[in-house]
Amino acid sequence: MDIFQANDIVKEYAGHVALSSVSISVKEASIFGLLGPNGAGKTTLIRIINQITAPDSGELFFEGRPVKANDIYQIGYLPEERGLYKKMKVGEQALYLAQLKGMTKNDALKSLKYWFEKFEIQAWWGKKVEELSKGMAQKVQFITTVIHQPKLLIFDEPFSGFDPINTNLLKNEILELKKKGTTIIFSTHNMSSVEEICDHIALINQSKKVLDGQIDQVREKFKTNTFEIVYRGEVPNLQYHLGSNFNILEHDGSSLLKQMKVQFLNGQSNNELLRILMNQFEIVSFKELIPSMNDVFIHVVEQNNREIKK
Amino acid sequence: MNKSFLILKREYLTRVKKKSFIIMTLLVPIMMAALTILPTYLAMMDDKEERTIAVFDPTGLILNRLESNEFTKFHYIPEQEFQGLSKNFSSDKYYALLHIPANILTTNKAEMISDKQVTFDIKNLVTRRIENIIEGEKRKQVIDETGVPDLEKRLSATKTDITVETIKLGDKGEAVKSSTEIAMAIGYAAGFLIYMFVFIYGTMVMRGVMEEKSSRIVEVIISSVKPFQLLFGKIVGIGLVGLTQIAIWIVLGIAIVTGLTAFVGQEATEAATQAQNIMANPAMGQMAANTPEAQNKVIEIIGMIGNLNIPLIIFALFFYFIGGFILYASLMGAIGSAVDSDEDAQQMMLPVTMPLIFSIIILFAVAKNPEGPLAFWASMIPLTSPVTMMVRIPFGVPVWEIILSMVLLIATIFGTIWVAGKIYRTGILMYGKKVNLKEIVKWLFYKN
Repeated sequence: MDIFQANDIVKEYAGHVALSSVSISVKEASIFGLLGPNGAGKTTLIRIINQITAPDSGELFFEGRPVKANDIYQIGYLPEERGLYKKMKVGEQALYLAQLKGMTKNDALKSLKYWFEKFEIQAWWGKKVEELSKGMAQKVQFITTVIHQPKLLIFDEPFSGFDPINTNLLKNEILELKKKGTTIIFSTHNMSSVEEICDHIALINQSKKVLDGQIDQVREKFKTNTFEIVYRGEVPNLQYHLGSNFNILEHDGSSLLKQMKVQFLNGQSNNELLRILMNQFEIVSFKELIPSMNDVFIHVVEQNNREIKK
Repeated sequence: MNKSFLILKREYLTRVKKKSFIIMTLLVPIMMAALTILPTYLAMMDDKEERTIAVFDPTGLILNRLESNEFTKFHYIPEQEFQGLSKNFSSDKYYALLHIPANILTTNKAEMISDKQVTFDIKNLVTRRIENIIEGEKRKQVIDETGVPDLEKRLSATKTDITVETIKLGDKGEAVKSSTEIAMAIGYAAGFLIYMFVFIYGTMVMRGVMEEKSSRIVEVIISSVKPFQLLFGKIVGIGLVGLTQIAIWIVLGIAIVTGLTAFVGQEATEAATQAQNIMANPAMGQMAANTPEAQNKVIEIIGMIGNLNIPLIIFALFFYFIGGFILYASLMGAIGSAVDSDEDAQQMMLPVTMPLIFSIIILFAVAKNPEGPLAFWASMIPLTSPVTMMVRIPFGVPVWEIILSMVLLIATIFGTIWVAGKIYRTGILMYGKKVNLKEIVKWLFYKN
């Protein structure tokens, strides 16, 4: 079931189009990656989901029905540009933000206790935020985002400012939240983390959605039939033996185990490719190169920009 | 609105719990008390040193007519001693040597010789006394020359003091004793209080908004509450901080006055009354406070304060207090949301605070002529009316004018809040963009 759906969202700011007819649908208990270059319109879309701004036109659905004002209590939002009241104590502040999200004081206290223990930061409760390091403040911020157990979480660059250990901790928390049934919209420029945790992605470029789909399907779609092969044996004039269906991109024949990157043109299946190669040399390893999200991102955005220029 | 209350509570509590607030709130009344009481108290501690002044008077005019008082004694010395002293004044016996030259009637000059600087009080005392004696002497000579009998007495009978009592006719034609001075004093105080309050707490709203914007917490908060609720909670919360401070000041003020009166006793109160009299009318400075006349005066002043429309003044004070604050605070909040840095804030604040400053500039002119066109228009225009109308009200203002001014203020507040809300909503999410007025006007027409 789709927990959130946006249809044909249009948003303009005084002549500048921020979103033009963007539609997304986010499946429940999944992680949805919202990608795009800087200034593409991601933040605007996120703000619309959060009801911080309203779209000029388009429809928004939460749990299958049109959005209501109260739905924001079911949403947790960690913006990219984030901060806390510097002069306020950590505990007081977390409590305040939880109450703003509609929790009662008691529920909030109970829940905060759980999270502070989990992150082992009970000692910070009475400290002022200005005494914390950036990473510490980020942890507090993460807690205040998830404290009210929202059904939908929106993380905008959640890992910025975290060291690798805390990044890992956070990643695991996010995956655990997903396991518990929370839906997460995840916006980042870090493509390796997208590959790691996202189920579905949408790519926005210059106010338009240019790509949408399951992450593995998207990568599959952009594969170039390129293979990395390690083999044993001497094959003089390899290109001639392989035939015109093969395009050797790289070849390293200096050591005993020879390595090459090859593109298989007009190929039907990987097995057919293997059959041809088997006749030439002894195969040590064989790997199809599926494009990384990074490659897909760059490829799609550049191509899209070229089309727009035309 | 439940969320607005949460915000209001935070805005209020974090500020009231601040050390700077507590210190300011406690210190100001104490300092004010010290500033009013201390000079009076010090004045009471008269110079108690005993001094003897040697007087050499070859003219014989002054001789034995300079009366010694408790602490300052005059001692007349013969010429030989004067010769010695004037050449080498080193005497434990005398504080100073006063020389009355033989030609004092024509030169009007005398001299005081001492090895140290003669104190102001002594110089004053001596000057005044000699002046009186010489003046009397000259007058006597003139009177003697004319030969008119009893001229001295007849002349002094012409001395007159005129008091003009201002009497205001009440609604039913009854005479109400009024005092222009008291109306002025109350008007000033009220107008100035509103100005201070609006300025200080309006700026506080602006700083609060800027803090939220620059610390980037605002986006998190407005994903839970509407921007308008946030601004509303902030303005009301900070307004209550101001009212709390003023309430504490009033309570502390009363406590300090009562306490000090009991502590320093009757003496100080009298001295204070005397000091007030001196301030109000220098001619009365000589008059001792405990004379029946002075007591009557005090009673009269209290009576005249009573004759003012106190409930109206208090109601108007609160109304313009709160109205003026909401009006300016919402504008300042809008400015805070639109800017990124302090310098920009200063620049943008100027046009907004201009009317407020203007109303203080014209304060004196309004108090001098509370019925004039300047006073009238300034008390109608909502940006200046909170201060100006408060100055006018103690003088008595037609009811329709007060109502019109209040209605205009309320209407403007609604309009301003709408405008400020629009600017605020766009401004708080706008970073790294130098905004100008044109840009802000554009924001007014953004949809949500």
